[in-house]
Amino acid sequence: MQDYDKLKNEVLIKIKEANSLDDLENLRVQVLGKKGSITSLMKQLGSLEPDKRREVGQILNSLQKNIIKSIDNKKSSLEETFLNKKLKNEALDITLPTRPENIGRIHPLSKTMDEVISIFAQMGFTVAEGPDIESDFYNFTALNIPQEHPARQEHDTFYFNEDENGERKVLRTHTSPVQIRTMEKLKPPLRVIVPGRTYRSDHDATHSPMFHQCEGLVIGDKLNMSHLKGCLIDFCRIFFGIDDLPVRFRPSYFPFTEPSAEVDIGCSRKSGELIIGEGDEWLEILGSGMVNPRVLQNCGLDPNEHQGFAFGMGLERVAMLKYGIPDLRPFFDSDLRWMKHYGFFPFEQTSIHQG
Amino acid sequence: MKFTLNWLLDHLDTDKTLYEIVDKLSMIGLEVENVTDKSEKLKDFIIAKVIDCKPHPNADRLKILSVDDKSGDIHQVICGAPNAKKDLIGVFAKPGMYIPGIDLKLEVGDIRGEKSFGMMCSERELEISDEHDGIIELDQNAEIGTSFLEWSGLNDPVITIGITPNRADCLGVRGIARDLASAGFGELKSLNIKNVKGTFKSPKRFVISDELLEKKLVPVVTSRYFKNLNNSKSPKWMQQRLEAIGQRSISALVDITNYIMFDLNRPLHAYDGSKIEGDKLEIRFAKKNEKITTLNEKDYFLSNEDIIISDAEGADDLAGIMGGMRTGVSDETTDMFLEIAVFDPISVSKTGRKINLISDARYRFERGLDQDCPEWVHNYISDLVVDICGGEVSFLEKTGSGPNWSREITFETQQVINLTGVDVNEITIEKILSDLGFKINKNKEKWSVLPPPWRNDIDGSADLVEEIIRIYGYENIPESKLFSNDVIPKPAITRENKRLFSVKSLLAGRGMMECITYSFISFDKAKLFSIDDIDQLIISNPISSDLDCMRPSLFPNLLSSSSKNYKRGEESGSFFEVGPIFIDQQPEDQINKICGLRYGTTGFKDWTNSNRDYDWLDAKADAEAVIRLCGLDPSKTQLKTFDTNIYHPGRSGIFSLGKTIIATFGEIHPLILRKFNLSVNVVGFEVNIENVPLPKKVTSVKKLLKLDNLQEVKRDFSFIIDKTVLSGEITRCISSIDKDIIKEVRVFDLYEGEKLEDDKKSLGVTVFLQPKLNTFSEEDLEGYSKRIIENVSSKLGGYLRD
Repeated sequence: MQDYDKLKNEVLIKIKEANSLDDLENLRVQVLGKKGSITSLMKQLGSLEPDKRREVGQILNSLQKNIIKSIDNKKSSLEETFLNKKLKNEALDITLPTRPENIGRIHPLSKTMDEVISIFAQMGFTVAEGPDIESDFYNFTALNIPQEHPARQEHDTFYFNEDENGERKVLRTHTSPVQIRTMEKLKPPLRVIVPGRTYRSDHDATHSPMFHQCEGLVIGDKLNMSHLKGCLIDFCRIFFGIDDLPVRFRPSYFPFTEPSAEVDIGCSRKSGELIIGEGDEWLEILGSGMVNPRVLQNCGLDPNEHQGFAFGMGLERVAMLKYGIPDLRPFFDSDLRWMKHYGFFPFEQTSIHQG
Repeated sequence: MKFTLNWLLDHLDTDKTLYEIVDKLSMIGLEVENVTDKSEKLKDFIIAKVIDCKPHPNADRLKILSVDDKSGDIHQVICGAPNAKKDLIGVFAKPGMYIPGIDLKLEVGDIRGEKSFGMMCSERELEISDEHDGIIELDQNAEIGTSFLEWSGLNDPVITIGITPNRADCLGVRGIARDLASAGFGELKSLNIKNVKGTFKSPKRFVISDELLEKKLVPVVTSRYFKNLNNSKSPKWMQQRLEAIGQRSISALVDITNYIMFDLNRPLHAYDGSKIEGDKLEIRFAKKNEKITTLNEKDYFLSNEDIIISDAEGADDLAGIMGGMRTGVSDETTDMFLEIAVFDPISVSKTGRKINLISDARYRFERGLDQDCPEWVHNYISDLVVDICGGEVSFLEKTGSGPNWSREITFETQQVINLTGVDVNEITIEKILSDLGFKINKNKEKWSVLPPPWRNDIDGSADLVEEIIRIYGYENIPESKLFSNDVIPKPAITRENKRLFSVKSLLAGRGMMECITYSFISFDKAKLFSIDDIDQLIISNPISSDLDCMRPSLFPNLLSSSSKNYKRGEESGSFFEVGPIFIDQQPEDQINKICGLRYGTTGFKDWTNSNRDYDWLDAKADAEAVIRLCGLDPSKTQLKTFDTNIYHPGRSGIFSLGKTIIATFGEIHPLILRKFNLSVNVVGFEVNIENVPLPKKVTSVKKLLKLDNLQEVKRDFSFIIDKTVLSGEITRCISSIDKDIIKEVRVFDLYEGEKLEDDKKSLGVTVFLQPKLNTFSEEDLEGYSKRIIENVSSKLGGYLRD
């Protein structure tokens, strides 16, 4: 018995003293291998008497288990030490920059268009479209702007050469021709908005020969200026995210609406900085009015049965106001620095519920 | 339209302040664009006299002035103005005062050893004009020691309003006063018109040609002859008002006609009576190519649609636009023949537009003038002329078919609430219309309303509603919600447009910047990107020759953008645009496309060395990503090499469905790069999104997912094969063996080089085999391998690499 205890203690001390996995493995082979000390003792069991064999067998079994357990424990501990050491050596400079990645941007105009559509969609509007190259009829005549009307001269129209039929197409000067196209195609009630490219022959700090408008048209039977007012006040307040944004309606003139109104929002200009929603100054952002009965007639609608309103806004202008973009010209310049700064990440959803 | 406050108050009796008036103007449709009130800035400037002027001892150009401002002190002022001299009366500023034109607070100065106690001011220093060649010189009768502000009339604030094209009546101060009076801002003063009868018969008269009479293009012409006039200077008050609104004072007669134009919105034309040849002025259509020299000293060649006025010598007045050089009034004029006429607005507009001559008269005539005014304005002006210039006036002459402005509009007061939602009572409606000059005949419910002769814009009941509501006040219109129960919001955009929105997010997510660029480019660049004729896309009046043609492709602008950014030092960039291109002028010739470009490297130089040059594979990946997002599996399309002048002919491809082109991609052709001054690698793609069919069914339900329970098996094969055989042919050849079992064939290796013959390459593919009912046995797999090798060998001539 003494011998077994001695053996056990010797082995356990050796396990404890093992410094490496190799040492430990050697030790395991010495003790538990085919020719190991315990294995040899086990082999000798057969030569013992049955009683003795059982007794010694139990002792050896327990001894063997004990040693295996100790070796395993030691092994884990050595492995852990080794791993810790290894990991320590693997330490890197985590302030190093990551591999370059490119994330693009959505143009602020696309974002603005998306927002405008999202707000009007909640009011039951759908998007309508029309061509950029328009006929004189849709761009002017049907909108109650006859040939020699002074309002035509204010449009600075781009023209194409006369075609074989003597017709001269224009680049649409506003999105309003789509009002006509829509009324010709669809039956009232109507609620459409028309975002799109528009063109005027004007180029300076505040004008671009191409710009974007969003037209709106609502036709029903009992609609009046109070609906126009409610609709556009709601739009302005949601768009700018200011619940009590002051909105003012002012008489104006557009040949295709009667009565007509321009829409201003309240703002202040303190030391050059524009703040929307406060102060005692006004900023014009929309043109609007009740659809002129002549325009309804031009589209085959009876003004006694149908009535509605239309509006239009410059999308660059509202984008500049909402996002604080100071200058119009870079919108179409594709300058990487501008796009990175004023563009939007593509993962932001545009919707009223997300703001 | 500009006017001064005092000018307005000549016509309007009101106790409202300037700022109340300004606010009200905007709220009745006369939008105030600007108010200039110089009174605060100029209130301390004093009229003073130079009583002595000596040269400066230490500077040739400077003078030492002794200035008397009647304060009791004489001030020494150092002045460099060339016109500074003894006895000059000018405008004096004392030390401590702020000089607005140079943004400076004046201090006692020491100029080359001489003290200066103040300054004599130029017009620019007082922000009166840009004049800075000398100091202001006032009349000798200007009272020394008094306020310059009051003497100059600059204490009268100037108001600028934007007049919409329908409100010609407000192109005169009186019209503005009438609107304000109607809006409850005081009383419109009556004009003091004397009935000037005249004392002799005019030696000149107007004759209207039969053609014009017949077409009713000149309804009325009235005239009067004035003689023994003294055309010196107009009175100071008139000069001041004209100058305040930006008109130079010229002579009494010119100033009077100008003044009446802005005061009563009535353009007039004054001839020098002695310069008119013969006794009559004929109003007629010009002859073809008839020449006229107008007051602006320009020659115009006219057509037979232009209305002119001619004496015995020939045409010398463009009716309603500008008078002629030869018969114009000068300082020496003693006889004046004065015309007040009504011309057809459309004729005036056509002529003006054709010869591109803009004048204050044309601006008014083409918007339509008060057709009833010629007679009373003649009386008003005759009085003014005699008062200022003396002389005698002839009887009034009048010719023409007579004005025809009178019309009746049927009106129901109910229309006000119908159109505006505001219940305005009948008494208020009647008062507003009457104040604006409308006449009302009431017959039961329906009224018959007659617009005044100065409101040519009013032609229907909606116009009347607008008049009523703008004066009643837009602020009184209630608000009704449009978020109503009868409309359930539905998708606002079409599926096509939704796809465009998604593509934008996709490409931005792939690292590209969204550009929005002009729809027009230069014809030369357009030509590079179109095989078809593009003459029909030329704009006849472009803003510049760089922008004279509608774009047939999105590439040119993106290439220009790349070039600009690259030159600015951006070593790499990725751009895309989703937008229209044009083939012809019809609506269906406008097509939305998606185009993207990448130049330079995938990233900047970095410590991991992970960046590489963009190549055709990046463009192919972009194109495939877009196509996939649009609902089309790129592997279901045909992919071929694409030979155009846009891309590198050997490194570009085209995805198509039958004959329909879905997308193209590749390296941009070096010659194109040269045209855009690009010396960097550029790859790009274009997707004809309108050619990608929308999935037919509109349903939210996705196709049922079937997952195979059995593990798929991968087998690698490396073939030696002719270089000319495309990898796509090999993968298709293998896939086609058994489409159910062979799920995918993926290229994992490509080798060309020394170890192989020149015309051979080695291509490694992984084949993914999916067992269906039972796992594959070794024999099954052997069988597939054998068939794969046999097929590649027999169809494409490839053999397995050792």
